[in-house]
Amino acid sequence: MLIYFFRRLALTIPTFVALMFVTFAAIRLVPGDPVEVRVGEHGISPERLAFFRHQLGLDQPLWKQFLDYCWQILHGDFGVSLSTQAKVLTEFFTLFPATIELTFFAMMFAVLIGVPAGAAAAVNRGGIFDQVLMSISLFGYSMPIFWWGLMLIMFVSVQLGWTPVSGRVDLINYYYDTPTGFMLIDAALSDQPGAVWDALHHLILPAIVLGTVPLGVIARMTRSSMLEVLSEDYVRTARAKGLSPFRVIGLHALRNALLPVVTVIGLSVSSLLAGAVLTETIFSWPGIGHWLIDSINRRDYPALQGGVMLVSTVVILVNLFVDVFYGAINPRIRHGR
Amino acid sequence: MRTAAWVSLGLSALLLGSTAGASAKTLVYCSEGSPENFQPAINTTGTSFDAARPVYNRLTEFKRGTTEVVPGLAESWEVTDGGSTITFHLRKGVKFHSTKEFKPTRDFNADDVIFSFDRQWKPDHPYAKVSGGKYDYFNDMDMPSILDTIEKKDPYTVVFHLKTPNVAILANLAMDFAAISSAEYGDFLLKKGTPEQLDQVPVGTGPFSFVTYQKDAVIRYKKNPDYYGEKALVDDLVFAITPDATSRYAKLKAGECQVNGYPRPADLPEMQKDPSLKVISASGLNIAYWAFNNTKPPFDKKEVRQALSMSIDRDAIIRDVYLGAGVKAKTLIPATMWSYNDSIVDYPYDPEKAKKMLADAGVKTPIDIDLWYMPVQRPYNPNGKRIGEMMQSDLAKVGVNAKLVTYEWGEYRKRLQNAEDTTGQMGWTGDNGDPDNFFFLLACNDGHAVQNNIPKWCNTEFNDLLVKARVIPDQAGRAKLYSRMQEIEHDEAPSLLLAHSTVFEATSAKVTGYLQSPLGTHAFEGVDVK
Repeated sequence: MLIYFFRRLALTIPTFVALMFVTFAAIRLVPGDPVEVRVGEHGISPERLAFFRHQLGLDQPLWKQFLDYCWQILHGDFGVSLSTQAKVLTEFFTLFPATIELTFFAMMFAVLIGVPAGAAAAVNRGGIFDQVLMSISLFGYSMPIFWWGLMLIMFVSVQLGWTPVSGRVDLINYYYDTPTGFMLIDAALSDQPGAVWDALHHLILPAIVLGTVPLGVIARMTRSSMLEVLSEDYVRTARAKGLSPFRVIGLHALRNALLPVVTVIGLSVSSLLAGAVLTETIFSWPGIGHWLIDSINRRDYPALQGGVMLVSTVVILVNLFVDVFYGAINPRIRHGR
Repeated sequence: MRTAAWVSLGLSALLLGSTAGASAKTLVYCSEGSPENFQPAINTTGTSFDAARPVYNRLTEFKRGTTEVVPGLAESWEVTDGGSTITFHLRKGVKFHSTKEFKPTRDFNADDVIFSFDRQWKPDHPYAKVSGGKYDYFNDMDMPSILDTIEKKDPYTVVFHLKTPNVAILANLAMDFAAISSAEYGDFLLKKGTPEQLDQVPVGTGPFSFVTYQKDAVIRYKKNPDYYGEKALVDDLVFAITPDATSRYAKLKAGECQVNGYPRPADLPEMQKDPSLKVISASGLNIAYWAFNNTKPPFDKKEVRQALSMSIDRDAIIRDVYLGAGVKAKTLIPATMWSYNDSIVDYPYDPEKAKKMLADAGVKTPIDIDLWYMPVQRPYNPNGKRIGEMMQSDLAKVGVNAKLVTYEWGEYRKRLQNAEDTTGQMGWTGDNGDPDNFFFLLACNDGHAVQNNIPKWCNTEFNDLLVKARVIPDQAGRAKLYSRMQEIEHDEAPSLLLAHSTVFEATSAKVTGYLQSPLGTHAFEGVDVK
């Protein structure tokens, strides 16, 4: 198991190197550099342009800029944001808890509904429930997130007034420090009556919106995996033994069917951590997705490069965890068979 | 039973929550983004200026809701030496804000003025390189070439000696970049070894003091009870950072904020119908124009430029591209600005007359020209390409085949400034409400167009008046000259002036005292929530 873990760990090294190169190159392919995008109609004199380019090291050959950047990263230095002058690492860890919190609740929503629904659909294969559920999951899977989020806001928040429109806290009635960045924890630490409920209240809609696509995927994956497992001999044997349907489906079939679902969940977590941009924008959720988009617009090279590297590290670690976990529950993978 | 208990607990928590903090009056502004920092001297975006503005004051100020320059931290001033010397008499008894760590021991004085300008001007200033050291606006407004020295005559008198006479500098000093920071706070942070805090935790003299900032989420301010000017009427001011325009509208409707910056034009009809909201609008301090390269034939002929000015249906462009959020421009400056000459008769849309004028001017149609369109969206130009296509179609009707051309924005600007175009779209957003800040776009030096003079048009009378207007201290005298300049510009038609955009803002009907700024800024002193 340990060898398997280290083998997986070693495989992440080339991924990191490739990532460093891609993040470095991609932003430089976008027209306009950090100095030029700040310039409006006033223009900028060639002397000032040259001065600031020199200050940022942009007048150096690309290969030297890349080596400097690698050297910095290897020393754990992600640089300083050009627009805010704050350390990239500080900005990342200020914003990342909001993304983790949202992703966690979105996945809870997707898994707690998706897995039982998928299993139930498989058991009732071809029935009304199965057909309705699969249609809904297809709908959820292909839903444009921006539209879905705005529709929910307009209906649930504005028309019905059940949830807040956006943000993480009621700014008029609550004000407390956020030492952890996880609003539920900070609200609990604040000792303000109703603060936890308020924070939870703000999580409902964004979690539903972000969890909708994974919900569709997980439900469909669980269903197809369950269908496969339900036709296995050991399930038939369990039924023949006279076990209750709950034990047959819940304990024997579902546990085995969940193996591929775990991979899907892992992949979903990765993509949610990196790809919550739209949800974060609609719900004014102060996470890293929105920060990265802002960094692209401002050509903030250090923030973007550092941000992408850090997000990628998290994604790689999550994938590594999933692989190892998968290996742990499925020895065939571990032994490369 | 347990479920019931949880529900009851949740409901009581909700009720308790909704009453917490109800005694303080709070105004929430749904802002569109996060500031870069809280130091206007190093910022370039309206979002960052808005975030710092509640905290700071300047020597001169724009009267709220106008571009009129009024006393700020300088309670009066004298212009002498034909406009080369400006003596500011500073206000006494003005207090700086406190932070958790810093408590000011003295009132505002001349040292703070010197500190704030020297930082942007003198490379050896201890703060010159802090936070990147880019003082774009100070340089863009040409301050290094305007200023000779800034002299502290006594603790409450500061004299600005200028290299050339320029009374328009009074408007520059009301701009955000000229905000006055506390020199004592600067010294305190230097000793502490954290100078960058000057730009992150702002200390000023403004109507609100800074409380806290959570990136991409919220900025909080509280009322400054010692403020010398128009007092804040709410206890707390909150900027709820809401990047998406539709979410801002939803928050306004749901009562989660009371002022909504930058609504989408498509939402305006619905907003205007809603009795719980107020929609206000003003002509933006900007201009979009189509510049003819006056150095290249046939655009060197006035009659050709006038003919082409009549060939574009600007009403259609404003209707279809600006979605009504714009007004046709007949002079460089919008109607809200002092010295606007309303007696000028605009060029009509008259393709038949345009065709005849082109023929009379000796232009054989069809003729091929380049039409450069803006590659980016700007406040004065919502969609350069679409406008270009509509212009192309209009021009075809008068026998002009326009080829659409564009470049990446930096390249586009540079090539236009180098006069590589034949015709091209460009525009301008005013900085300070002074007409000079618009008319300098057509300035020339010794008969050569300056960099920002995109049509490369030089007219001796126009240029002489421009220079003369900079040394006349009284506004009425200057207005006469600017009025004449507008007539010259209109007759010569170096560019076709397309439009001034209209800026909209929406507030809750409960908000009183909110005044829209023609400069596109947002200010909250004197604003109340009923």
